[in-house]
Amino acid sequence: MREFDYRRAPDVAGAVALLAADPDARFLGGGTNLVDLMKTGVERPALLVDVRELPLDRIESTDDGGLRIGATVTNSDLAAHPEVRRRYPALTQAVLAGASGQLRNMATVGGNLLQRTRCGYFTDVAGPCNKRVPGSGCPAVEGEHHNHAVLGASDHCVAVHPSDMGVALTAFDAVVSYETADGPGALPLADLYLPVGDTPHRETALPSGALITGVTLPPAPVAARSRYRKVRERASYAFAIGSVAAALDVRDGVVRDARLALGAVASRPWRARAAEAVLSGAPAVGDTFAAAADAELAAARPLPDNGYKVTLMRNLVVAVLTELAEEAAR
Amino acid sequence: MTTATTGRTTVRGAVGTAHTRIEGRDKVTGAARYAGEVPFADLAHGWLVLSTVTRGRVRSVETGPVLDMPGVLTVLHHGNAPRLTTDYVGMLGLPDPTAAVFQHDRVPHSGWPVALVVAETPEQAREAAEALVVIYEREPHDTAFVATHPDAYAADGFMPAVTEKGDLEAELAASAHVVDAEYTTPEEHHAMMEPHAATARWDGGRLEVIDSNQGATWVRGELAKLFSLDESAVRVRSEHVGGGFGSKGVRAHQVSAVMAATTLQRPVRVVLTRRQMFSLTGYRSPTSQRVRLGADADGRLRALEHRSLNQTSTVYEFVEPSAGVARVMYDADAHRTANHVVRLDVPSPTWMRAPGEAPGSFALEAALDELAERCGVDPIELRLRNEPEAGPVSGLPFGSRNLAACFREGARRFGWADRDPRPGLRRDGRWLLGTGTAAASFGAGAGPSTALVTAEADGGFTVRIAAADIGTGARTALTLVAADALEVTPERVRVRIGDSDFGPAMIAGGSMGTRSWAWAVTAAARELRERLALGTSIPPEGITVRSDTTEALGALTQKERHAYGAQFAEVAVDTATGEVRVRRMLGIFAAGKIVNPLTARSQLVGGMTWGISMALHEEAVRDRNTGGHYGPDLAGYHVATHADVPRVEADWVDDPDPDDPVGIKGVGEIGIVGAAAAIANAVWHATGARHRSLPIRPDRVLAAATGAPDA
Repeated sequence: MREFDYRRAPDVAGAVALLAADPDARFLGGGTNLVDLMKTGVERPALLVDVRELPLDRIESTDDGGLRIGATVTNSDLAAHPEVRRRYPALTQAVLAGASGQLRNMATVGGNLLQRTRCGYFTDVAGPCNKRVPGSGCPAVEGEHHNHAVLGASDHCVAVHPSDMGVALTAFDAVVSYETADGPGALPLADLYLPVGDTPHRETALPSGALITGVTLPPAPVAARSRYRKVRERASYAFAIGSVAAALDVRDGVVRDARLALGAVASRPWRARAAEAVLSGAPAVGDTFAAAADAELAAARPLPDNGYKVTLMRNLVVAVLTELAEEAAR
Repeated sequence: MTTATTGRTTVRGAVGTAHTRIEGRDKVTGAARYAGEVPFADLAHGWLVLSTVTRGRVRSVETGPVLDMPGVLTVLHHGNAPRLTTDYVGMLGLPDPTAAVFQHDRVPHSGWPVALVVAETPEQAREAAEALVVIYEREPHDTAFVATHPDAYAADGFMPAVTEKGDLEAELAASAHVVDAEYTTPEEHHAMMEPHAATARWDGGRLEVIDSNQGATWVRGELAKLFSLDESAVRVRSEHVGGGFGSKGVRAHQVSAVMAATTLQRPVRVVLTRRQMFSLTGYRSPTSQRVRLGADADGRLRALEHRSLNQTSTVYEFVEPSAGVARVMYDADAHRTANHVVRLDVPSPTWMRAPGEAPGSFALEAALDELAERCGVDPIELRLRNEPEAGPVSGLPFGSRNLAACFREGARRFGWADRDPRPGLRRDGRWLLGTGTAAASFGAGAGPSTALVTAEADGGFTVRIAAADIGTGARTALTLVAADALEVTPERVRVRIGDSDFGPAMIAGGSMGTRSWAWAVTAAARELRERLALGTSIPPEGITVRSDTTEALGALTQKERHAYGAQFAEVAVDTATGEVRVRRMLGIFAAGKIVNPLTARSQLVGGMTWGISMALHEEAVRDRNTGGHYGPDLAGYHVATHADVPRVEADWVDDPDPDDPVGIKGVGEIGIVGAAAAIANAVWHATGARHRSLPIRPDRVLAAATGAPDA
């Protein structure tokens, strides 16, 4: 393994400056993904700038009733936070559905959003991958892809984003704050990840060298009745093959507000706006939920071996929305 | 000084009483040293470089730039490595040439070892190994395992390829009920916790290897033959082993470490990475099996055919004898079993926990469940009606065969009598519930072993035997066995294992380890006890008795000797998402005298857990274009997690083997046999859909639920 330098960032400005000074530097959060990638040679940084000790580890209520979550808050602390559990239960459920207790104790919110795909071609440095080596090709399209994307992919890359947390955050309109050498900035999470197109190696819209400093959740009363369901190939410690974050506000049998995001179907957490449009104002019944799922999945372009994901996501959306509607009716 | 042996009190009953692992504290505190962490002065580190092409030749190994890298000492490859002897027959037959590294320029599969980079530190070796440029000549390859492969042929392996009696087609035609089904199991890997690791050094003209293996004298013998050394000039030690499951024999890591230690004349350590293990240390081949059963209206078998196909490499023929299980379990008027292999451009498969029985029992026991459904006979009753009087193929009498007792006890404890046989009727929220059962069997054998038992001057006893404790609890079991044979408490017995200098002994394999070693230990200990009973005084060097069981084993009459079991599973299936969860399992076994109930139960529960993993999770995937593995690590290759393994109970019926001095049969493998079938049968009972391909993945359950063809 290649030697590298390690520096602990003194403060946010110092972290950004250290990274700006070295094009081969990377921020180190919990290291739960980056260190693995360094072992396999996918990442070969010359310098690690450790940001885990930065004072970005608070979860605070905002004046308008939302939540501001610091970038170095650990997954474990985020999931356990009483306000998260009360106001955004799907977020707690999503975090707890991911990884293992040990990993959640290390992993950070900022790092979670910037983790890389677990596509087996991406992590195999001996073979091609457009995301790792632009222009080298995508073996997944004709190869192993039974857990690859059915939405928003291209011939250049069909990898999926692995985050559970990100799916819930996307459903709740999270905004990502960051710091650069030129000052702070912010991006809606929905705009953080770039479309795949023919540049799968360009993953985010963050300016070069930007450090994520936090995530803000706007107030969303609907989120108090929310749920995250994850389907995977074993009961624990596996990435999703399909997941749903959903919130439903039903009054008098009619959907007043709905939030829906899908995981493990695209290169980013997938906000299901077409489905939400069908749900809004419609009767909270199974036919509506099925129509909503179909509206979203009409854009699905499955490969030969991952068509089951379309069935799975349709069933999962209907099941989770039905559960939420039944709870609302009680 | 001499010590009189008078005043000894007679103690027995250690065998059969639960005893915690003797080395347990050392293991959980880190005091136990594994092969990769035994310290050596002046240690150099080797890192293997594996081929990135799937078939072809090495045209050149560009060592120049790498030799200039920091700390690099040498690069071994086919152009400069010591020559090996490979045309020998070892303890377990012809060697797999995969271990005979760097002898030619051919690349027979992806992940074939092409070079070893040796450096002062593991980090330097790895960096240089990753930087090493190897130029290949690529050739077209065939890695596609398909049931209809034209190059398949019948192969013997460790049993005859084909057995047959009667007129199969006539009996099938005369049958009231017929099942004809194809089953597949995927490529599976041992995935033990401790990766393969070895350190080799020359010490006073003697080669010493610290290793992690399943048989120190076995590995010593293979290394001696490979390097044309006298066996007495080689010592292999393997004190603690973090799992083996069939994979830890002679592999590229020991051989390349010996080569480098010989070339550099300093100690060299080679440790494999998890990814390297996927192509270098064997695996269970995928299988494609076809079972045809024909039965009278009451379920009595008239016809049984079991055919199996597995893949092997182009350099080594390994047979996964899945069809062999029917030769023990069920008789029929017409009975035909056949094992086939096809040579592909893939790594060599090897033994993996219950080779043959694990995949074979999945197909056969699932087919019997289908037959029970057709006949309208309870699955347990169907099996009891088909209990054979003698070996269905051999005609030999059975040793103890207590399968029926396992089913009776299991049915009682599982609550089988209340079961409604109709599928798809039980629901708990979003989950459909079902139960299933299957039978299990595994051979109960023993291999020749020698043991040394010493009465020490201080009143203690030392047992020396080249046994291997690969996590089974063998060290503890042998302590209990020795204590009973010596008629002393276990605290007075010290068992030393894992050293080839202790003499020839059976490997930890085939569920034969503990039985084989216990026999030798018992023989030596009993003789020693008899000598001490004469009132002999003990000299300072102690009194040592050596045993050799070769003759006693050779005198055993021929019988069908096996352990048996009845597996029960309850599953929950969500057909909307394809998730399958095992809710509880019960295994009742007839597996001989249980030496240590604590560790035996762990072994059986571990085997059943492997069965859950096999049924629902495990599957190594190859890229269909390159033939290389996709995601070969423990993130990509799923084994059951704790959350997948809820209530798993294992217990046993009284079943001492009358022909064994301790009554042992062996418990290492029987626990996995039939477990996957019981789960698959339970999934059918829950959903009404037969899953004939493992693992039962969510996409397959979804396909079955939407009426797609069997996935």
